[in-house]
Amino acid sequence: MEIVLVGLNHRTAPVEVRERVSYTAEQASRAATELRSRGILEETLVLSTCNRSEVYGVPPETSHESAAGLSSFLSEFHKVQPDILSVSLYHHYDRHAVRHLFRVSAGLDSMMLGEAEILGQVREAYKFAYEQGATGPVLNRMFQAALEVGKRVRSETELGTRPMSVASAGVKLAERIFGKLGQRTALVLGAGTISEQVMLQLRDRGIGQLLLMNRSMERAEKLATEFHGTAVPWGEWGDALRSPDVIVSSVAAAEPILDHATLEQAMAARGNRALFIMDLGLPRNIEPAAAEIYNVYLYNLDDLGSIVQQSRAMRENEIPRAETIVDEHVGKFLSWQASVELVGLVDELRARLQHERTAFIRERMETVKHLSAHDRQQMELLMGELLEKLLLEPAERLRGEKVLRRKIQNVEALRDLFLSNREKQ
Amino acid sequence: MSHLYFMLTLTAYSLSWSCYLAFLNTGRKLLGTCGSVLLGLGLVTHYFALLERSRGLHTVPYHDLYGSMSLFGWLLALTYLALEFYHQQRSVGAFAMPFILGFFLIAHLAPADRLSPTVAHGVVFALHVTLSILAYAAFALSFVLSVIYLAEERLLRNRKLSNVVWRLPSLELLERMSHSSVLVGVISIAIGTVLGFIWVDRLTGQYWFYDPKYVITLVVLFLYLLYFQLARSTAWRGARASKLCVFNFFVVVMSFTVVNLYLSHSHRYF
Repeated sequence: MEIVLVGLNHRTAPVEVRERVSYTAEQASRAATELRSRGILEETLVLSTCNRSEVYGVPPETSHESAAGLSSFLSEFHKVQPDILSVSLYHHYDRHAVRHLFRVSAGLDSMMLGEAEILGQVREAYKFAYEQGATGPVLNRMFQAALEVGKRVRSETELGTRPMSVASAGVKLAERIFGKLGQRTALVLGAGTISEQVMLQLRDRGIGQLLLMNRSMERAEKLATEFHGTAVPWGEWGDALRSPDVIVSSVAAAEPILDHATLEQAMAARGNRALFIMDLGLPRNIEPAAAEIYNVYLYNLDDLGSIVQQSRAMRENEIPRAETIVDEHVGKFLSWQASVELVGLVDELRARLQHERTAFIRERMETVKHLSAHDRQQMELLMGELLEKLLLEPAERLRGEKVLRRKIQNVEALRDLFLSNREKQ
Repeated sequence: MSHLYFMLTLTAYSLSWSCYLAFLNTGRKLLGTCGSVLLGLGLVTHYFALLERSRGLHTVPYHDLYGSMSLFGWLLALTYLALEFYHQQRSVGAFAMPFILGFFLIAHLAPADRLSPTVAHGVVFALHVTLSILAYAAFALSFVLSVIYLAEERLLRNRKLSNVVWRLPSLELLERMSHSSVLVGVISIAIGTVLGFIWVDRLTGQYWFYDPKYVITLVVLFLYLLYFQLARSTAWRGARASKLCVFNFFVVVMSFTVVNLYLSHSHRYF
């Protein structure tokens, strides 16, 4: 049994190549079908995210040979010249492919170390391939283990708990104050890229209500529709500041758009309910003195940036713990793989020995013609029992081997000794 | 108290605290679960320690300072564990355990002073005392939660976030936990006080006679009801309400120590 992985990611390919080699659901399904129908792979799974496109498979031939076929298939499928693709593609085989997938699932191979989304994407890709009938026993086992790795890394380490961007730092801080955001309201001032990023984070964290205020009402309405929010008219602070628990401001303005006095009035009007403000504008949109108002938590770009810096260091400290979990599951998978291989090997050996016995008896019985049919039958049975006994002992010893590495080495040695000539023939 | 049960309880509480601290430090869920399980085991052995001692001395646990403080520690542990289970939040364990462990150990060092055996009799009296001590335990817990709230709030407002802040409950949850704890305390002290008046009436034929303990208990009840009211008001919402909760607990401590030991005629250890 061999496993092959061919793919590219944010580290090996620029975005221009990544976008050409990405898969829609329909393309993933078609690619998996074609790979199997052409006999390149027996089991297939396509994992395609914004940062990676990978094909995992179990080939009928040995993996190194099938990788070339797989590369040329990808080049043909995506209509990308082989020389462009070859510099971006990586190939992993067997334990390295398994390890790569487990690291991907754990978020260790992500652009944003420890990001949570990748686990959902791996789960979706597996579910899709499984429902299409593209996977088999090997990939099923491998991806189920990968999902387990992802879950364990997220529950047993802090790799994914710390914010990775200014937007996520702000949203996580809001959760420090309000807990779950499902019953909370956020007001976003400005409709630029940063506002979009924060709205995306807020939506992912299940914000209850999203209000959007922008100088251009048209743009505000467009973005509000996209994020299932509500556009509110610019500048009507009295009403706008009454309901939100979180304010995100990212507006290009020379002077602060919300000063101390306005916010103080707003806090009085809203019964001093806590207010968390993310000031992402440069120059700052909120007068810094507003931080002194009771129950106002004001964070600007620098404050959030320093949190991201701290988090990065913390995340990096968690890598060894996550790698240990990955290694543990790679070991378990290889152990399973070795046990499966052992069963297959014993069956193959048995067939080989039976074949040899039949040939031997046919050849040698010609020389001992005085034996009766009954005696011959008895001899055949005895030889069969002897072969079973010879086979049973090494098989049991191999099965009982505790050291995985030695077990795999022994399986390989046994295969080389008894079956390699036959394969060559 | 049996040496075996004492050692088992001490070990379980100490290990529980270690696990809660490690959980707060590393964020590993398994450690938090171990902390809860060990605290549960400690509660069981602590219960048997109290039971065995009561049987040995043919009296109730709150008959002396030792038993009273040990019972306080046990009820504090019970209240905390119930609150942890209800709110599914284990980060507070590292802060609650020193109090539980402290009361358990200090009880061991308490002087061998004892009430006269005639006073403590009957179910009404037992409930009066147990509910009063439960109320003090719940107030102690609300104090711990309020202190955590104030510390976290200060760090968030000053934008100085240490690693621990990310593992603490949100301010909103701390507020809710503190409310739950005060609610348990207020209900317990209200019922406990009424039962106390009923018991006094049975014993002496009159509901009321002047005792500083009565006055301070009613003040405590009033202050916690005020906390409930103010915590929802415009001016006091947030940190100010938590400061009031901290202040209230100092009044409780006064009631439990100075008033009990030096001023009250009928409440020595509870």
